[in-house]
Amino acid sequence: MLEVDGITKSFGGLKAVDGVSLSVKQGSLVSLIGPNGAGKTTFFALITGFHRPDGGTVQFDGKNIMGAKPSDIAQAGMVRTFQIVQPFAGQTVRENIAVGAHLRHASRRDALDRAAEVAEKVGLGDRLDMDAASLTVAGRKRLEVARALATDPKLVLFDEVLAGLNPSEIRDVIPVIRAVRDSGVTILLIEHVMQAVMQLSEYTWVLNQGRLIAEGPPRAVAADKAVIEAYLGPGMAARLSAQAKREPAHA
Amino acid sequence: MINRNQLLTLLIVFAIIGTAPFLITRESTLNTVILILYVALLGQAWNILGGYGGQFSFGHAAFFGTGAYSVAVLQLQYGINPWIGLFIGGLLAMGVALFIGFASFRYGLRGSYFALVTLAFAEVLRILSNSVSFTGGGVGILIPLSRDPANMQFANNVGYFWLIWALCLACFLTVWWLGRSRFGAWLQAVRDNEDAARALGVDVFATKMKAAALSGFFSGLAGVFYAQFYLYLDPAIAYGSAVSIESLLVPIIGGMGTLFGPLIGAAVTHLLAETTRHFVGDVPGIALAIYGLLLILVVMFLPRGLISIFGRIGGLFGSRRAADA
Amino acid sequence: MVDPVILIPSLINGLTTGALYALVALGLTLIYGVLHIINFAHGALLMLALFGVFFLNQIFGIDPYWALLIVPPAMFVIGYGLQRGIIGKASHGRDENILLVTLGLSIIIENMSLYFFRSDTRTVDTPYSFEVVEFAGAFLPLPKVIAFFGALITAGLLWAFMSKTDLGRAIRALAKERKGARLVGINVDHVFAMSFGIGIGCLGVAACLLMPSYYVNPQVGYGFVLIAFTTVVLGGMGSFVGAMIGGLIIGVVEAMGGLFLGDSLGQFGIFAIFILILLFRPTGLLGHKA
Repeated sequence: MLEVDGITKSFGGLKAVDGVSLSVKQGSLVSLIGPNGAGKTTFFALITGFHRPDGGTVQFDGKNIMGAKPSDIAQAGMVRTFQIVQPFAGQTVRENIAVGAHLRHASRRDALDRAAEVAEKVGLGDRLDMDAASLTVAGRKRLEVARALATDPKLVLFDEVLAGLNPSEIRDVIPVIRAVRDSGVTILLIEHVMQAVMQLSEYTWVLNQGRLIAEGPPRAVAADKAVIEAYLGPGMAARLSAQAKREPAHA
Repeated sequence: MINRNQLLTLLIVFAIIGTAPFLITRESTLNTVILILYVALLGQAWNILGGYGGQFSFGHAAFFGTGAYSVAVLQLQYGINPWIGLFIGGLLAMGVALFIGFASFRYGLRGSYFALVTLAFAEVLRILSNSVSFTGGGVGILIPLSRDPANMQFANNVGYFWLIWALCLACFLTVWWLGRSRFGAWLQAVRDNEDAARALGVDVFATKMKAAALSGFFSGLAGVFYAQFYLYLDPAIAYGSAVSIESLLVPIIGGMGTLFGPLIGAAVTHLLAETTRHFVGDVPGIALAIYGLLLILVVMFLPRGLISIFGRIGGLFGSRRAADA
Repeated sequence: MVDPVILIPSLINGLTTGALYALVALGLTLIYGVLHIINFAHGALLMLALFGVFFLNQIFGIDPYWALLIVPPAMFVIGYGLQRGIIGKASHGRDENILLVTLGLSIIIENMSLYFFRSDTRTVDTPYSFEVVEFAGAFLPLPKVIAFFGALITAGLLWAFMSKTDLGRAIRALAKERKGARLVGINVDHVFAMSFGIGIGCLGVAACLLMPSYYVNPQVGYGFVLIAFTTVVLGGMGSFVGAMIGGLIIGVVEAMGGLFLGDSLGQFGIFAIFILILLFRPTGLLGHKA
């Protein structure tokens, strides 16, 4: 469904994304993880047309979408959300979601109806007429999800949709994301919260300083030496495994 | 549902305004109504781009003046009937808006920078119209008197009343449509958060361009009306800052991004000016100074404009936003 | 080819005018650089300062250059008060709101002046108004020469103030990093208002230097607004050196425009520059990417 090959972007000499390649199969729920500043969000911005890549190719649904406008990419069926939630402040939840729904529905009435449907799905059904600006953080995250879903996407890119939520809120949102996948939408998550990724995704890529350093099923990746060092600093993998040997009971 | 009510309210308001020529016998009072409608048209035109689209123009005179000069020059130089000139004027104003819009939006100019660049464009047009000959240069241009409805000149104010009433209604209906259409939803999304709109498939550039085109068109129509009503133009009238400022004052005071905001703004500012004139006499400056004060007070204390007070009282006039407030 | 006998005087004339534009723009760029707001009332406040100089001369017989001791401090106080009392409280997080409020202020100031002073154009008479200095074949009015050097001195003083004094350093710190400045205990509201006051104070200086060779009426500020914006935009928003160079360029462009295109089109070049810079290089000639 999504084929990224050797995509690269530098900002002022600094390589934010450096030759990243990955491929997402239709119907899968996969993730891209990495420490802060690894280039995850830039990667999303590159494949959705917000930034222009310096090199590499992006194919979506069999079509080359390099250099396409974000609106055309969304039209083709790939939609992103934002890590820092971006509600249309001053508009109601219903109106917010309807903006997304309008991508497939020209009529205002259809778009508003579709918005109500989607809101129900993500658990915002009771807050349809609230001003989006007055939602809680968790509510705004749901709104991000809802707006993206309202565009009837084939592939959704969720940017840290769980970050900033407390454990009980995360527990509430995880089933929502699963349900999205079960309805046939392919999902690529960006997270730096490892735990959530372990629970949700089938396959994961690890990005560090703009490069992919590991990939595989989450459990295998989490045990990878390079990944641990990227997250916790050099030398930590050795110390952790030494510690594990010393205290086998806790392992 | 809400929107149907809004349409009904709109039609009722215009029907009530439409009784003015039958009830008002004093020429000067009807004149006030005409001027309020004219300013409401100017303000509503600005409101499309500024209020609904969030792109604050400080140079709507560029469109107004183009409409006004078009109808005048076409009559004088080419003998083209002003009724045809009305549409050509609107379209040429739209063309100017598209040009300025293209230049600005292409390079992502926003906020205060957009405001300044529109102002500069209007100034450039003012200087140009001052120095080329077909506009009459600094002397201005006088449309010859020929009181005949076929020439869009009327023997008394009633004819002008119906002309501005119809233009205004057309503009208000367009804005009503904005509030219930996909284009309107996208435009407001662009205003509230460009990146989020883009991510949801909105073509931000195209949306702003369409809004600029509509806004420029109606502003041009206001210019045509002005030219036919006063039958005189010069560069300072057509492209000067006064029109640009009036265009933005009215919707901001009344309530940006709302259907009735410009009408309320036009009525309040004009009636205020009349009242002041009544008390202090016809001295220059006072009325405009009060507009300035009103602008500051509204921006500081009533960011949603006077209409938000109406919204709180009855919710009848309110757009959804005002009713929520 | 234009004869250098015409060209050079016109060039020098442009430079002297440009120095005054630079002085007006200096205040605007200071305000922009620190507060990140565009002060639309800049022209109106200049007009107010010019009237101040005019009435000091008319009523008390104070020479415009002696007014340097009175008008700039008075303008500073006005600027401080405006920022503290009105402008600082109006933004609600949108820079357009500041633009609107300062527009409102300029409308009020201009129209109240129109009400009180009427639209007459006034000038001051000084013994030296018509004295000329010869330089490189050009006969320059003495007031313009004084204004030119006055502008350079003021810019130098401002630069020294910003780099040598504690307040100057606080202002620069605030311009760079708001949160950090607040954390190290800088009184942000006060420093913002001081910056605004100093920027408006510069207008006071400009008014004193300008008045002997210029005129005042309630509309005079408007012409300066766009020129000052152009200067600031040309030099890069917030850059002192940029404002100085920008001002000189604008002065020369205007003089050359007048020479080649005629007086009515003289300012055309200014606005053309303004639009081109805003569209293609909004960070200015000397500015770098934000």
